Amino acid sequence: MFSMPSQTGPCKVLEFDKNKCVGCNSCVNVCPCDVMIPNPERGGEPIVVYAEECWFCGGCVEECPHDALTLVPPAKQRLSTVWVRKDTGEEYRMGMKNPLPRNTRPPSGRT
Amino acid sequence: MNWHEYVNKTGKVPEWPYPVSYGKENVVEADVLIVGGGVAGCRAAIAARQKGASVVVADRGFSKRSGSGGAGVDHWHGAVTNPCSKVTPKMYSEAAMETTDGYTNGLARYIIGKEGWDTLLEVEEMGVQIRDLDDEYEGSIFRDDETKLMFAYDLENKHCLRIYGYNIKPVVDKTMRELGCEVYDRVCITSLLTEGGKPGARVIGATGVNDRTGEFFIFKAKAVIVSTGHTNRLYNFAPEMTESQTMTNLNQTSMGHIIGWRAGAELIMMEQSGQSLLSGLGYAPYSTGNNNNTYQGSRVIDKDGKEVHYADAEGNLIYDEEGIFKSSEEGSFIIGHGIALDHGQMPKYKITTTDPHLWDKVQSGEYQMPFYTDFPGMSEKSRDIIFQLMLAHEGKCRVPIYKNLTDWGFDPAKDMLQYPISDYSKFPLDTSWCGGDQTPSSWRGGEGGFLTDWRLQTTLPGLFAAGCGPLPSQGCHGESHTAGRYTGRQAAVFAKQNGAVEPDREQIEREKARCYAPVSSEGGDIGWKELNYAVARLMQDYCGDYKTEHTLEIGLRRMKDLLETEGQRMYASNPHELVRAIESLSLCELGIAHLEASKSRQASCKVLGFVRNDFPEDTEDWHCWVSISQDEQGVKSRKIPVDYYLKGEYSGDLEENYQKYAELEG
Ligand SMILES: Cc1cc2nc3c(=O)[nH]c(=O)nc-3n(C[C@H](O)[C@H](O)[C@H](O)COP(=O)(O)OP(=O)(O)OC[C@H]3O[C@@H](n4cnc5c(N)ncnc54)[C@H](O)[C@@H]3O)c2cc1C
Repeated sequence: MFSMPSQTGPCKVLEFDKNKCVGCNSCVNVCPCDVMIPNPERGGEPIVVYAEECWFCGGCVEECPHDALTLVPPAKQRLSTVWVRKDTGEEYRMGMKNPLPRNTRPPSGRT
Repeated sequence: MNWHEYVNKTGKVPEWPYPVSYGKENVVEADVLIVGGGVAGCRAAIAARQKGASVVVADRGFSKRSGSGGAGVDHWHGAVTNPCSKVTPKMYSEAAMETTDGYTNGLARYIIGKEGWDTLLEVEEMGVQIRDLDDEYEGSIFRDDETKLMFAYDLENKHCLRIYGYNIKPVVDKTMRELGCEVYDRVCITSLLTEGGKPGARVIGATGVNDRTGEFFIFKAKAVIVSTGHTNRLYNFAPEMTESQTMTNLNQTSMGHIIGWRAGAELIMMEQSGQSLLSGLGYAPYSTGNNNNTYQGSRVIDKDGKEVHYADAEGNLIYDEEGIFKSSEEGSFIIGHGIALDHGQMPKYKITTTDPHLWDKVQSGEYQMPFYTDFPGMSEKSRDIIFQLMLAHEGKCRVPIYKNLTDWGFDPAKDMLQYPISDYSKFPLDTSWCGGDQTPSSWRGGEGGFLTDWRLQTTLPGLFAAGCGPLPSQGCHGESHTAGRYTGRQAAVFAKQNGAVEPDREQIEREKARCYAPVSSEGGDIGWKELNYAVARLMQDYCGDYKTEHTLEIGLRRMKDLLETEGQRMYASNPHELVRAIESLSLCELGIAHLEASKSRQASCKVLGFVRNDFPEDTEDWHCWVSISQDEQGVKSRKIPVDYYLKGEYSGDLEENYQKYAELEG
């Protein structure tokens, strides 16, 4: 056990899918605010060292060639991003306990 | 993983992963240097290269994604010469001037009106979708079926477009690199080099520090363009709380203004500031229900399903969708949102808003909170245009909002997004989409920048300004592209006409000593954040609600004291922190420039949101720009007519000036 400084930053910022991330560091390289460093262990997932400098643009997620990244908004945002299903009146939020199935409809436009 | 996980898992603190060589010199030469590779900088680079100049770009982040525009765009303003538009460049810039009583960049706005559409067509050629190519929205009121263009804000005049801009920055960045522009990412420019090392002289290059290696860069160039964007760190600094909500990231500190100010350039409009807008203390942009900007036109209902109506500028309620996208005055047009022209706008140019009496109606019990964006209650096409098109392409939305919402199962055909419970008496300000409303009353920096001529050249020969921030009163994506592209041409011409000059070694040595102090002196005990918090404290206190000659002088004294005392005792553990420290120091100087400008304007000014308690009147003799600059003798200030670009050496006609300067050849 270590004595640690209290966690700086709004939240963990990124979730890496351990089965997909190969440690290619594309996310590290593209981040405008340089909030990550490569893992010293080759192939390991990057380390978010400056979480409070992330401005949540999501560029790293778009850049990831292995679809291994999820941008995690701060809890305050998860709790304020709330919706109601019009015909049932049921309430949901980002980060809810029992997630709904994904809405897989793609955005407009060619990619 | 985060730092805690790593330490707990390995029992080790991660070492700095990059080789560090503080102060090691790299010398780079080119015809044109671009300071800041945002959209303005990238477009300037491309245009200068196409005119035959050799080009280097220094970006503090990584230009593929950096800058406010790095995360996407959905509205393209100023495309007034598109085939469907009824607005002309003259109407566009005159409306901007009229609605701000002249306190706007009428000159840049004319250039943008002339070239904004062409600039967008080039982006289309590079690979950004700007039309409904697959006829998804055929028959929608927002679409022109012939050109397949999609419109926003004003459907009669059709000058603002909806575009599919989520990938615009990677596309522009790729074009720039393919054309042979040399890009130096992760290099923060810290100063300009001037001929003979003197303030006020021709600009001949710049210095920079790499935020991974700590190496030093000396750029030598025949012409330099500053395009460093806005800042959000001057009045409000609380990154742990605000970064997910800001419209400007921590790399943007208006350093471009400050390197110019230190080199002796004249700045205007620096006294302008605004209350609580976009300061990042509210909600993440577009993450909650709302009906503005990207969501403009969406249906709103209250807790019981009762519809909330939009209203025109006179407060008349609107009951049909088309009415939301129409100016309240015959023959006029809606300027649109987010182009630094929002406040105090004249009714005839104003966007439609939520019922201005909504808050009273909540108090009286007529409506019950919460409100919802009622996507299911809209027509399928209109709903999709907002959710699948706009929200999926807007900045900081495709991943943080669109992807996250849909990954969590949000379906606009079935679901209504909740508004925050909040005081909507401020709603007509139209800022709920970015959380500005819900922010405690505080101030933020304004939209001042460099005084320029018709070439967008600053008062320093060889130094050009482009984009938001460096060009005063600019606030939008398309305008930054367009002004960048124009400035790139102008800088290339200047570089053809003027030879290279060797920089002054003493100037370089002074800058090196300043930059590396936080890693070379013993006993530093002030971190970059502590200094930044202090700057924000001083700005809130001395450049906010109450200003007199006396309090401004106290503010100036304190800011200089901060710079000379705590500012001399900084530490940095690695190059990343070093560059942040250099930014915080530069913010002290930005504060000084704001305070000096506020001291110089001896009158209040409604349009600029500027209050002087010792000069409460908004008097005619101060209806002008107040410029500030500094040289070896100190700070100087002068009055300049707001339409200086139509006076003196210039023609009184916008078009004549444009014709004379727009296509200069070297
Ligand atoms: C979420 C969001 C949505 C938006 N949506 C729209 C929209 O729909 N329509 C619209 O018109 N506008 C929109 N905008 C505004 C638009 O993105 C900006 O106006 C535009 O990006 C400004 O471009 P720029 O190149 O002038 O500045 P920026 O894009 O901010 O670029 C500035 C660049 O300078 C670099 N830099 C800063 N300091 C230094 C230094 N010292 N040395 C080296 N480099 C430096 C930065 O790294 C950055 O790359 C939006 C903005 C945001 C944040």
